[in-house]
Amino acid sequence: MSKPKVAFFDFASCEGCQLCVLDLHPEQLLDLLNVIDIVEFREAISEKADTFDIAIIEGSITRESDIPRLQKIRDKAKILIALGACAHIGGINALKNFQTKDEYQEAVYPTAPQKYETSHARAISEVVQVDAFIPGCPIDTNEFIKVVKNLVLGKKPGLPDYPVCMECKKNENVCVYELGMQCLGPVIRAGCDARCPSNGGYCFGCRGLITEPNLHSQKDIIQKYNLTYEKMMDKFKLFLERNKEVFPK
Amino acid sequence: MSKDVKIDIQHITRVEGHGNIKIDVQSGELKECKLEIVEAPRFFEAMLKNRHYDESALITSRICGICSVGHVLGSLTASEDAFGIKISEQEKNLRCLMNIGEHYESHVLHIYFLAVPDFAGAKSVLPLVNTHKDVVVRALKLKKLGHEIGNMIGGRLIHPTAMRVKAMTKIPTPEILHDIIHRLEEAKTELKKDIGILKTFIIPNFERETEYISLYKYGEYAFLEGNIYSSDIGETSYKNYLDITNEYLVDHSTAKRAKHNRKSYMVGALARFNNNHQWLSEDAKTIAADLGLKAPCYNPYMITIAQFVELFHLADEGIKAAQSLLDNGVELENRKFTIKPGRGIGAVEVPRGILFHDYVYNDQGYIQKANCIIPTGQNLQNIEDDFRALVPTILDKSKEDISLMLEMLVRAYDPCISCSAHILNVEFE
Repeated sequence: MSKPKVAFFDFASCEGCQLCVLDLHPEQLLDLLNVIDIVEFREAISEKADTFDIAIIEGSITRESDIPRLQKIRDKAKILIALGACAHIGGINALKNFQTKDEYQEAVYPTAPQKYETSHARAISEVVQVDAFIPGCPIDTNEFIKVVKNLVLGKKPGLPDYPVCMECKKNENVCVYELGMQCLGPVIRAGCDARCPSNGGYCFGCRGLITEPNLHSQKDIIQKYNLTYEKMMDKFKLFLERNKEVFPK
Repeated sequence: MSKDVKIDIQHITRVEGHGNIKIDVQSGELKECKLEIVEAPRFFEAMLKNRHYDESALITSRICGICSVGHVLGSLTASEDAFGIKISEQEKNLRCLMNIGEHYESHVLHIYFLAVPDFAGAKSVLPLVNTHKDVVVRALKLKKLGHEIGNMIGGRLIHPTAMRVKAMTKIPTPEILHDIIHRLEEAKTELKKDIGILKTFIIPNFERETEYISLYKYGEYAFLEGNIYSSDIGETSYKNYLDITNEYLVDHSTAKRAKHNRKSYMVGALARFNNNHQWLSEDAKTIAADLGLKAPCYNPYMITIAQFVELFHLADEGIKAAQSLLDNGVELENRKFTIKPGRGIGAVEVPRGILFHDYVYNDQGYIQKANCIIPTGQNLQNIEDDFRALVPTILDKSKEDISLMLEMLVRAYDPCISCSAHILNVEFE
């Protein structure tokens, strides 16, 4: 069996998730190259490919003029994977969507607000069909290997669908709410090993909601800890503007 | 020579972000010469409006994956400047280690994966896996070292989780610090193995003197604090950074550009080397001399060599910082402070040069106004001016060779186009 051809592409993003791919252990990277052929990866190689089997896309769509490029990639790919929060859920790019286009254009280019094309930030799945995603800001490299290998073998991606709290408990952390901070861990997909709460931080939702989030229990929690609903919603704004369950509009 | 050359390179490869090179020579005369930045603008400064100080580093680190620690350091420094917070020696040493982690990740990626393939006649690092496996594996391990220092000290290198205003939320054990010292010593030994290969590279012989701008603190090869130094006019307070950067827009770039005393200036490893070389560690000085890097150096293709030299200096600095933490003991610090409304400025050196973050906070600690000025934006005009000087001298070469030399020049600057277009300079209110 010939190895599937894999191509990487990016739209509006920090390219940190592609950097995570370059950050695999030497053994992991060489091992991965045994099962796939990387045929396009602008950040690291000069070759450009006409055909590929799997497209891995980082970044959000923030310009209408980027849509034909994305469409072309979709047409060519048998499997399309959204890589990281920007592609998967819109991520931090969508934070600007809480302002009007005039507001953010004038803020950044006060002398020439209309000079450069832009529109509201969207996840890749809002524009084309996405077959799988690798969540996180940035992605977890072990999860990347797992998902790509599973897909190459024709299996399901195999992502966890339980909240970050489970991993936080496993790590024996004191609950972030007990420390007086807001945390979105109760409704956000695990798989990051609760990295932020385990390092003195809080979960701000970069991996997206689990399939059946108990948003009501989140409300109970803020009542119990005497926090405000507004402050909690403000935290959801950071990464989850595109989520209709959180921000129905 | 009356020659026509038209070059149009779309999406330059092996750089961070999307850029194009456009050159048009008619009858030997340079008609057009552009480095276009076509990256989608992301409006970060607009996003910062009304966000809490505890989120400013979290948000701005997402400007760039490869410089995320740099943005965190610039952001925290700006917030601390606004609130009048002085950080402890312990915190300085921990931040120094994070900065070293990022420079290892970034410089190693640039030197070995982005720049070296050109000198080895390859399209990427992948074919080198077969011909130079030992070098590739060494490079991957050195890059990994940067990531692991980031994990051990800051929770993660790309978008660190433990770096906060005033103090870290996590501290390393003595075992970790011993491990870091051991591995930085090992890194120097490993890097020395590649000096022979670097010497075989034929670096284009191109010089154009320009203005060199970097952070400056007497007695230090400054990264984390100091004033601004220009090779033309000397020292300026970091508070007056706007007098240096003078940003402006051009039609063919979504990234803002900068100019100071001349039409353009250079920031980054070579500017740091030219301005601060006397304060490199002894080992780094020896390596520089061995590789023929002498200040002042006016050849932008030597930026890659300056980065290599910095890796030795940074290893020595990291060993010192970790030793100081071991000698004095490390404990979790109290992170309480009083919010003060007002403006704060952070100036730090990140892999690609001097970075500025500038925030105005209200009395609740929410950002009212933000401005970030990115190294790559400051370098763009300088790169174009290099093109203008270089192209007429290489017109006798083939179109392919001219294109390669221009791409190599852009790569030498190690541009971070995501950063530069993640557009800045906000005047909201």
